[in-house]
Amino acid sequence: MSDKKPERRDFLFTASYAVGAVGVAAVVWPLVDQMNPDASVKALASTEVDVSSVKPGNTITVLWRGKPVFIRRRTQDEISEAKSVKMEDLKHPERDEDRAKDPQWLVMLGVCTHLGCVPLNDKGDYDGWFCPCHGSHYDTSGRIRKGPAPLNMEVPKYEFVNANTIKIG
Amino acid sequence: MSDHEYVPSSKFGKWFNDRLPLLTLASHLTDYPTPKNLNYWWTFGGILTFCLITQIVTGLTLAMHYIAHADMAFESVEHIMRDVNYGWLIRYIHANGASMFFLAVYIHIFRSLFYGSYKSPREIIWIIGIIIYLLMMAAAFMGYVLPWGQMSFWGATVITNLFSAIPLVGEGIVTWLWGGYSVDNPTLTRFFTLHYLIPFLILGLVVLHIWALHVPGNNNPIGIDIKKPSKDTVPFHPYIVIKDGFALLMFMIVFAFFVFYSPNILGHADNYIEANPMVTPAHIVPEWYLLPFYAILRSVPDVPEWYLLPFYAILRSVPDKLLGVVAMLSAILILAALPWLDTSKIRSAVFRPLYKQFYWILVADVLILGYMGAMPAEGLYLLIARVATAYYFLHFLVILPVLGFKEKTIPVPLSITEPILGGSPNLAMAKKKESLDK
Repeated sequence: MSDKKPERRDFLFTASYAVGAVGVAAVVWPLVDQMNPDASVKALASTEVDVSSVKPGNTITVLWRGKPVFIRRRTQDEISEAKSVKMEDLKHPERDEDRAKDPQWLVMLGVCTHLGCVPLNDKGDYDGWFCPCHGSHYDTSGRIRKGPAPLNMEVPKYEFVNANTIKIG
Repeated sequence: MSDHEYVPSSKFGKWFNDRLPLLTLASHLTDYPTPKNLNYWWTFGGILTFCLITQIVTGLTLAMHYIAHADMAFESVEHIMRDVNYGWLIRYIHANGASMFFLAVYIHIFRSLFYGSYKSPREIIWIIGIIIYLLMMAAAFMGYVLPWGQMSFWGATVITNLFSAIPLVGEGIVTWLWGGYSVDNPTLTRFFTLHYLIPFLILGLVVLHIWALHVPGNNNPIGIDIKKPSKDTVPFHPYIVIKDGFALLMFMIVFAFFVFYSPNILGHADNYIEANPMVTPAHIVPEWYLLPFYAILRSVPDVPEWYLLPFYAILRSVPDKLLGVVAMLSAILILAALPWLDTSKIRSAVFRPLYKQFYWILVADVLILGYMGAMPAEGLYLLIARVATAYYFLHFLVILPVLGFKEKTIPVPLSITEPILGGSPNLAMAKKKESLDK
C-alpha cells in the first residue's frame, strides 16, 4: 500500500464491503440454522415412564429424544458400593447423592461420554456398565472409572410424577 | 496447452473451435507429452477416474430407488437388492466400488511417496489430491450410513461424536450435525444430500488436479525434470491410453471378482441388521480403508499418561478424547506439509537408498495401524497401535527432514535415455545438472 491519505472513495469501498458482509451473513445464517433441531424434534422434549414393574437389580431402557435412558432400581449393595467410593478416585467427581435423588433409582442417559455408544448393563470392572466400543468402565452410579470416556454418564432432568411414574425431560 | 497451434481439419471444426476451443483442448490432451519410462504405478490416475465415474453412475441409478427416511431406508435397500432389475448388481458395484476406489487411491498416494511426486513443482497437485482424499472419506462415510443398518447408525454416532471433542462449541456442533439429540431421520436426509453432492465436488477437483499436472507434466520413475516434447517423451495418445487401458482391464478383473464372488467380504454382517438406537453392536469397525486412522484415534492414551509432554498442564484441561481426534486429523493433514517436510532435492526413491528403506517401513507401519484398527483396543493390540502411531509421526516430522541432509544419494541420470544411450550414469554430468537446477 502507498502512503496516500484515505479518500472519500476508500471510505466508500470499506463501507460497501461492510454492508456486503452483513448482507451475506444474514443470508447464510438461515441456511446454517436450518440444520439445527426443528420444532417437531424439540416438541418431543419429555416422556413419562411407568416403572412399577422394575424389580431391584433390574434396569429398563427407554428412548428419550432418540437416546436410550437407563432406569435402574438399585440393590442395597449397589447403593452402598456407590456411596463408599472416595472422591479422589473419580475422574469426574460427583457424589452418588447428587446423581440419584432417590438412591434406589438411578436415571441416566445410556450414552457413553466418549463417542456415544450404549454401554452394557452389569458389565465391567466396577459392577456397573461397560462400553464395548472403546472400553470405558462405569460404576454402580454410572460414573466413569476406567477407559477413554471423560465424564460420568449424564443424568437428565427427571421427576417422579407419582410413586410409579418417572417423567424424563 | 501445447506449444504448437492446433488447426482443425474440417471447416465446421474450425468454425466451432474459433468460438469454443474444445478441439484445441482435446488436441492438447491427446498430444500431451508424457515421460516414456512411466511404469504401471502411473496407471492409477486413469483407474481412479474410472472409479469416480463408476460411483457416480451407479450412485445416480441407486438414488432412483433408495428412500432417505429412517423408517424406510433399510427396507428400500433390500428392495433394491431383491426387486429392482439388476439392483443387486448396481448396489454391489457401488459398495465394492468404494473399496476399489480407496485401494486405487492408496496405491496412487504411495506411488507419489515413493517417487517423490509431491515435491516442487508439483505441491499444488499433491495438496488438491489430499483434499480429494478427505472428500472421498467424507463421501464414503456418509454413504455407509445410508443403508441404515446397525454399523451405519453406530458408525455415524461415533464419527459425529468426534466433533464433541472440540472445547466449548463441540456439543452444539454435534447437535447441529444431527439436527436433533441423536442420529436420526434429519441426520439421514442431510447425509444423503451431501453424499450426492460430494462426488461432483471431487469431479471438479479432479479437473484442477489434472490441470495442475499438465503444467509441469508428469513426474517419472527416475524423478528427473525432462524436456518436453523431446526424445524422453511420448504423446499421451496412443501410448499412455493403451497402457492405462490395459491396467484398467486388469483392475476391473479384481473389481469383478469382488462384485461377483464375494460382494460382502469387505463389509460387516451387522449392517444387515436394521439400525437400533438402543443396542450398540459388540465391536464397531469402520470400513477397512479408514482403519489406520481409527487405530490412531484409539491409541491415544488417557491424559494422565501424557506426563512426558511439556504441555501437560495445558493438556490436563482438555478431555483426552480431544487428543485422539487431534492426532487422527493431524495424521492426514501432515501429508499436506510433506513437500516441505521432505528436504531432499532428489525426488525418486530409486536414488535414495536410505529413504527407500524408511519408505517400506512406513508402508508396514500403516498396514499395522490398519490391522490394529480392526482389533479390540486393549492389551498388546493397543500397545502396538501406540508404537505405530508414534512411528507414523516420527517418519514425517523427524526422519524425512533429517534424511534430506544426511542421506548419501546415488547419482541421477541426466535424461531418461542417457543411461541406455550414453552408458552408465555420469556422475560429473549429474552434478553439473544439479547445480544448474538450483
